[in-house]
Parts: sequence; structure tokens; C-alpha cells
Amino acid sequence: MIRLEKRTAPSQFWTYAAPLLAVMLTMACGGLLFAALGKDPFVTIRTIFWDPLFSEFAWYYRPQLLIKAAPLVLIAIGLSFGFRAGVWNIGAEGQYILGAICGAAVGLAFYPTESVFILPLMIMAGALGGWAWAMIPGVLRVKFGTNEILVSLMLVYVAQNLLASMALGVMRNPDAMGFPGSRNLARYPSATSWINESAGLHWGVVFAFIAVIFAYITLSRHIFGFQVRLSGQSPRAARFAGVNPGLLVLICMGISGALAGLAGLFEVAGPSGLISIDFNAGYGFTAIIVAFLGRLHPVGILLAAGLMALTYIGGEIAQSNLRLPAAAIQVLQGMLLFFLLAVDVLTHYRVRIGTRRIA
Amino acid sequence: MTLKTLLAGTGIALALATGAFAQDQTKVGFVYVGPVGDGGWTYEHDQARQAVEAHFGDAVETVFVESVPEGPDAERVMTQMALQGADLIFTTSFGYMDATINVAERFPDVKFEHATGYKTAENVSAYNARFYEGRAIQGHIAGQMTESNIIGYIGSYPIPEVIQGINSAFLHAREVNPDVEFRIIWAYTWFDPAKEAEAASVLIEQGADVILQHTDSTAPQAAAQAAGNVVTFGQASDMAEFGPFPRVSSIIDDWAPYYIERTQAVIDGTWESSNVWHGIPEGMVAIGEITDAVPAEVKASAEAMIEAIRAGEYHPFTGPINYQDGSVWLEDGEVADDETLLGMNFYIEGLTGEIPQ
Repeated sequence: MIRLEKRTAPSQFWTYAAPLLAVMLTMACGGLLFAALGKDPFVTIRTIFWDPLFSEFAWYYRPQLLIKAAPLVLIAIGLSFGFRAGVWNIGAEGQYILGAICGAAVGLAFYPTESVFILPLMIMAGALGGWAWAMIPGVLRVKFGTNEILVSLMLVYVAQNLLASMALGVMRNPDAMGFPGSRNLARYPSATSWINESAGLHWGVVFAFIAVIFAYITLSRHIFGFQVRLSGQSPRAARFAGVNPGLLVLICMGISGALAGLAGLFEVAGPSGLISIDFNAGYGFTAIIVAFLGRLHPVGILLAAGLMALTYIGGEIAQSNLRLPAAAIQVLQGMLLFFLLAVDVLTHYRVRIGTRRIA
Repeated sequence: MTLKTLLAGTGIALALATGAFAQDQTKVGFVYVGPVGDGGWTYEHDQARQAVEAHFGDAVETVFVESVPEGPDAERVMTQMALQGADLIFTTSFGYMDATINVAERFPDVKFEHATGYKTAENVSAYNARFYEGRAIQGHIAGQMTESNIIGYIGSYPIPEVIQGINSAFLHAREVNPDVEFRIIWAYTWFDPAKEAEAASVLIEQGADVILQHTDSTAPQAAAQAAGNVVTFGQASDMAEFGPFPRVSSIIDDWAPYYIERTQAVIDGTWESSNVWHGIPEGMVAIGEITDAVPAEVKASAEAMIEAIRAGEYHPFTGPINYQDGSVWLEDGEVADDETLLGMNFYIEGLTGEIPQ
């Protein structure tokens, strides 16, 4: 008989081993799935997880990994603060959009002036836009006790409509013959977030690394990190320790909103280049998976974002080289989260085989 | 000569032979905005890809990636195809335009073909179909099929191609039925079955008994079928499985002849950048079978209109046509020029509401 026995403290070993086991289980089950689709499972797994890093064309894919992972890291780091404290910001996608809109608005307002101050101003506007959008669910929760999960999620759809109206209206490129979409910021030297395009390096990548270091120090060394962790584990104890719960909610929402806004701004001023109707490609939602896959730990998030980026890029290679359907890649990504949550049981429970002994 | 050198010699010869073979084979890539099973837009592009394979056999290898979001992801997919040795890449959605131009700059030896856009370059062609010709036939039939005089229209994005379709369908519906009205919903998607079904239901609730769609899935057809008495038309693909009712006809995009022609040009080394806009006369736009649910005289007049367009005798945008505010756009007998049509961002007289700005 197999029983689960609750551990007194989460297992140190499994905290680190569980994600690795989840990845391996995903590869194994993914391999079975690919075999069922009539593809060689080993070739497919190699194409997805190995080729982007070490194949003939890796010089192109490695920078692409940075581009794909940077927004995921930025957003997930922000979310991890809230998720640790029990503040559930599900609407990072909306904050990402608002960051892009506000940042691009500043850039477009200055077009075609050239100045070194334009990009910094855009960065500030982007962060502010995301922050303000996150403050709506934050303030509503603190003042009126609304559910921030619902409010932040619903605001994503509001943001999407705002984005569409921007792309069709005030931000539309006057030279585009009536087609929707703004001017291309990536081609506007003072506004672009690119540092070196062929190396995949833009300011979002730099900020992502800064965010990781900042989050690591805050969470492990600073009193605020302690308060965040305490609030998540025991809200009552946190109150006795002098934590102001309302303020904590606002700070957590603010950090995640501002970082999501930054991610949006760097994307719109670099890889994406322009405000278009469907500019957002789901980074805000994928980042939720990344945050949990990375155990809400800054370094974990960095690795998890890299892994997600790998499945995206490897998945595209597998599609065109091996004719794997796009849906199979999405199933693989879904499996990853599923196995992670399943394997998580081992962190908190001990598996006992045999009958219960009577003490 | 020892056995070893003999073997080595054969090995090199073999390698040369296979190398030469790989160079002989032309590789054609396709980037799709939806899944190949969407039953509409992407499905037809994939049918054309298969036609290319069937036509050229082993001389051509095709690769494709489906459901590629418009934006940086599209750029990566195209670059990846070019790196893997594609000679010709078809990018089959409006939103891929800037990405196509960017990638084409980096791969001057690779030819690109972008669907429905307006930017071209030395190695980038644009191609598009005159869907509005098919919309004229749809409007002609729809105006006579409706009993409530309300026709629902599911728009994708308010871009010229879609607005041409609305204007053309409305113009020809009003021509046969002066009381007809259009209700337009913008779905802001090319492919999202859930959103499309919802839009169709809303239109049906508002009294529409004909649904026209500029989105790619068959969800509106299914919604109409469930409602029972609502007429639809296949979009981009025949969608014949919903005939003879609710689907009474369709606009079919037939890309195969163009794709075969362009692939041949790459093989022959005669490929040149171009910008084509083909319609019913060239066969890029076809009208699916008009079913028996349509009265015989309506069917006959619709077929006469198809023939007139095919013969070049009739242009769907022939004056007199007024702007929405009543001022004159085209004088009596005047025909719209392509430039105005390609940038069309206005409604004609009689349409209500505004184009989202």
C-alpha cells in the first residue's frame, strides 16, 4: 500500500529535484506523444531541447532565446513577489499592454526628433503605465475588498480593446495608407530598445538580469522580502510582526505591474517594433507558468524562462523540419506545468510503501 | 589502388552526388497565421502548398509552420526557414508584412512572397486576391435571400481588404433590395472559433437572417445551422460540409496556380519582384457552387454577374456610388481605381456606424 505522509518541513532535496524530474517526465511523455504522431521521439526531443542551443544554426537561435526569455523573466519576477505574499495578479498581460502603449506614446510624440533622453523617458512611461494599470485591482482590493484575480484578469480584455483602438486610431502610422499599426519604433534610433540586434541584446535583457539580482537581494536580505514571505505563510503572524497588509498588497501589485509594463515597453520598442492590434503574444500569461516553474525564486525563474523559450523556439524548428503540429508543442508545454504540480507532492509529502505501523 | 582509397573515392563521389541533389531540390517555405485545419484561409493556403508538392514531385520540398503570431515570432520563423535553405517563402497574412521585409533584407538570395500587403522589395513580392469581386456575388444573393432585411457581417480587422468586402457586399445587396441593412461586428481576429460563434449569435439575436464573415473558421456556419433559418456563405474555403443550407455559396481562394507559377519561376531563375492583385478572371477568386436553397432566378442572375466579371465587362465598384455622408465618390459609369481600393478606409452611402478609428 502506498501512503502519503506530510513532511514537517518541505524537503530541501525535492525542492530542487522536483523541477528536474518534471522536465524529464515531460520529455518522456512528450516522446510517447511524438511517437504516437509517427515521429521519431528521440529526434523530436533533440530538435526541441538541443538544436536551438547546439545545432548548426545555434548562432541565430541563442540570441533568439534571450529575446523570447527577457519579457518572461521581467514579468515573472514581478509576479513572484505577489504570489509569495498571496496577492494574485493574473492580469500581467494587461499591464504589459499598457506599458507598451504608454512607452510607445512617448516615443511617437517625439518622432522624429533625436535625443538621448527619449528612451529613458519611454522607459519611465512604460513602467508607470503598467504600474497604474495594476493599481486598479490593487486599490480596489485594499479599499473595497474586491477579488484582485478577477479584476486584474478582466482588465486584460479592457487593455486589449484599448490597444486595438490605439493601433487603429491615434497611434496609427500616417504613412501606412489606412492600414492599422503605429510607426516602427525599432527603426527610430532614439527610441529603439535594441543594443545589438544580431546578438539578441536589447535593454529588456539587461533589465531582466537587473531584476533577477534585485529580487534575489530583496527577498533574501531585505526586511521587505521577509514581510512578503511571512504574509504568504502566515498572514496573522505577519500582522503581529507589524506588516501593513494593505500597503503590502499595493507594493506587490505595483512591482509586478511596473515590471510587466517595462517588459511591454522593451518589446514594443525592439523585437516587435510597433503597436499593432495583436501586439501582445501571451507573455503575461506564460509568465505565470514561468513563475511557478521557477519556484517563485529569482534564479529559478531565470532558468524556467530559458526553458520555456527553448520549447517555443525548438517547437518552431520541429514544426518546420519534422512537420510536427503546433498543437503538439502546446501539449508539451502544458505537460511541463502539469508534471511540475504533480511532482510537487514529493516536496511536501513523503511517500511510504507498506502498512501503517502502530506507534 | 587499394581497397581503402577506392572506398574513400566512392564516398566522396557519393557525397558530391547527394550534395548536388540537395541543391537541385528547391525548398519552399510557408508561414501560416492559423492552424492548417481551420477550414478556411490557412486551409486553402495549405491546399495550394500540397498542389505545389504534387505538381513538382521530388523537385520541390515544402516546409510550413502553422499558427505563427504576427510580430517577432513570425520574423524568427522566416529566418529559420531561410537558414535551413528555403529558396522561396510565402508569408500568408497581412501582419507578416514588416517581418517579411526585415528578414528579406538579411537574405538577399531568398525570394519572399507576402500575401495581402503593400510593401515590396528587390526580393519581396506582394500578392493579393480581389475578394471584393466574390463579395459582390454574395451581396447579390444575400440581398434576395433575407426576409428580415438585416444582414449580419463579421469583420476581422478594419483594414482596406475587409472594408472593400463590406462595401461591395452592401452595394450589391442594396441594388436588389433597397430595404436591406448591414449590422457589422468587428472580431479583431482572423481565427478564433469561440469569438466568431459569439459574434454570429449576437447578429442572429439582432434579427440577421444572413451572416457574412471575413474570419476564417466554420464556427459562424455552425451557429447559423443551430439557429436553423440563417443563410451563410463559405469564406476563403468552400465549407461545403455546411451546404446546401445554411451555406448557399462561397468565396474560394485558389492560390495553387500562383504558387506553382512562382515556384517554377524560382526553379527557372526568372523570378522577379512583382505586386499582383488577381480576381475571378485569373481564377484566384472562385465562387463555390450556389445550392438549390437559392431560387433559380437569383442563381441565374448571380451566375450572369460572375460571367460579366470574368469577362471583364463588369467592375463591382462602378458609379454612381456616394460616400457615407452622401457626397459623390464615383460618377455614373466611373470605375474605382486600384489605388483608392487598396487604401479604402470609408463606408459607402447607406451603411450605418463608423469604421473603428
